[in-house]
Amino acid sequence: MTDILTLLDATLRLSTPLLLACLAGLFSERAGIFDIGLEGKMLVAAFLSAAFAAMTGNVWIGLLAGIGGSLILSAIHGLASITFRGNQLISGVAINFLASGITVLMAQAWFQQGGRTPSLTGNGRFDAITLPFANALAGVPVIGPIYSEVISGQTILVYVALAFVPLSWWVLFQTRFGLRLRAVGENPAAVDTAGVSVVGLRFAAVAICGVLCGVAGAYLSTGLQAGFVKEMTAGRGYIALAALIFAKWRPWYALYACLLFGFLQAFALRPDLIERWLHFKVQTQLLDVMPYILTIIILAGFVGKAIPPRAGGEPYVKER
Amino acid sequence: MEKMPKWADVVLIPVISLLLAGILSGLVILAIGEDPIKALWIMFDGAFGSKYNWGYTLYYATNFIFTGLAVAVAFHARMFNIGGEGQAALGGLGVALVCIFIPWPHWSLAILGAIVGSALFGAAWALIPAYLQAKRGSHIVITTIMFNFIASALLNYLLIGALKPIGMMEPATGKFPAATHLPSFHEMLAPLGISFSKGAPANISFLIAIAACVFVWALIWKTRLGYQIRQFGESESAARYAGTSPTKIILVSMTLSGALAGMMALNNVMGEAERLVMNATEGAGFIGIAVALMGRSHPVGVFLAAILFGALYQGGAILSQDTNIPVQLVLVIQALVIMLTGALDNMVRAPLEKMFLAFRRAPKPAPKPTPAE
Repeated sequence: MTDILTLLDATLRLSTPLLLACLAGLFSERAGIFDIGLEGKMLVAAFLSAAFAAMTGNVWIGLLAGIGGSLILSAIHGLASITFRGNQLISGVAINFLASGITVLMAQAWFQQGGRTPSLTGNGRFDAITLPFANALAGVPVIGPIYSEVISGQTILVYVALAFVPLSWWVLFQTRFGLRLRAVGENPAAVDTAGVSVVGLRFAAVAICGVLCGVAGAYLSTGLQAGFVKEMTAGRGYIALAALIFAKWRPWYALYACLLFGFLQAFALRPDLIERWLHFKVQTQLLDVMPYILTIIILAGFVGKAIPPRAGGEPYVKER
Repeated sequence: MEKMPKWADVVLIPVISLLLAGILSGLVILAIGEDPIKALWIMFDGAFGSKYNWGYTLYYATNFIFTGLAVAVAFHARMFNIGGEGQAALGGLGVALVCIFIPWPHWSLAILGAIVGSALFGAAWALIPAYLQAKRGSHIVITTIMFNFIASALLNYLLIGALKPIGMMEPATGKFPAATHLPSFHEMLAPLGISFSKGAPANISFLIAIAACVFVWALIWKTRLGYQIRQFGESESAARYAGTSPTKIILVSMTLSGALAGMMALNNVMGEAERLVMNATEGAGFIGIAVALMGRSHPVGVFLAAILFGALYQGGAILSQDTNIPVQLVLVIQALVIMLTGALDNMVRAPLEKMFLAFRRAPKPAPKPTPAE
């Protein structure tokens, strides 16, 4: 029982950065801007959050710095793919390299610890929050332990990430801004004809993407772990992209996909549990790549078809 | 009418992009409190200062020629093969299997077998994403990214398990048999009376890389298939109208791309390490992107860009030994080159085009009537 609870707890923790990055990608791609630079933005945000939290001792300043860094990369991506109508994929690749290089360079210049930040303590980290009635409900069968052990006792960013799911759904599907944002990803010419700025909307989407990636990165280095180490995103940006395809560019499905992928990551950390429960050895490498294999199966169209926004990846040229 | 002369497009724009990347990298070095001029000098000396350093520069360049050609071939069909890393890793597996399980009498035969093995494995790893793109419409960039991770996990699994000799701790294959040893530059040049550094890893696969450049040039510009690939890249509808099968072009260009990426293993696995280790590709698959962009997808350009990046990698390694600048500076330069020559191409191009148009108009107000294009 306690094993299941720790597994679910780890699932929620590991799903959080995936979910935030996935929603970030959702906004960007719904507006027609492919973004394979999620990884790089998270990495820069993770570094700046940890660095500023270490220097000021205040994790909130760290979070802001992380979001700021991520937004700068978003601005570069927007400049390349919207203003100069460059190739969005190439820009994303460049941003990922820039992030893996510059974080180590800055970490070395600022802290001289071989590309890492000092370990964060006290107010430099996000603390676990105990939700109301967590202790009172702990005795209730089934629901009690799940509520008190898994759902309660996470850091604030976990709840922020979860709250972003309905919020994203509401913004994208219930507001005028969301309708326009989705339209600009399907048919930018129509939006332009209606007198709404395609460039403005796309920059807004890219900026939202930057903020969410910033929170995701900050969570990695100040919530999930206590400090930055180089390449700490470890492919999470790409798993988030996979989750985005798995979720077929929808917020609620994104939550389910990220929970599934987070569960696989949590499982991969505990090979002993698999052996005990399933009575055979599952290679952790297989669990590591399950998100990618599942996504390829989805992409291959064997289980429903994932259709991306129609104008995705294409720069909008006004005059023909 | 062309907006600017061809030489400007082929030479001037890459050079300006490179200068911009250099200036920005200089600012980065300045920002972390080091001297950019001194750093540049250390890097230059580290890359070209001695035969030993040349040997490393050319060794890295060999890797980058293969992966750069791989990306370039795919670019001609307007496919973005970001999976060179995974394909090169699988190529390494192909080379390892060929070298370990076939008793070769001499390296000259072994290298032929290794070429087949590496190309087949690399091509196979590119074929699946290509098939999914051609038949199922799943985006090649996404699938090749996923295949990179799957390749790395697969090799990880094999090197911890099946391929590791019994009793060895390190996750790697055993040393390849001595008969598969490829001649290094030192061994190749000694009979000619030229001495070359003994320790440098540059080897005969550099010549194979040059042969691959010639092959790609001939294929893309001198054959019907190459024409069809370029046609498909320029306009899919035109290719369709001309009776070219998109499925065929996607499959052929991507398998070719994968085979080239896989052949990188001749250099790093067979030529240098002489065994297969974890993460043997060291990101060379991704550097291929920068090399292909910088080289404008032309084999000559790819060759020159590969030498440049080889120098950058070797120089960067020396720089990190001699100063406090981490080797990751090279990643920053690489990112800036990809950004400026790839995504921000229009930013560099537009002002130049304007300049050329202005120059052309100024001296002769009434340009000669040119035949309609």
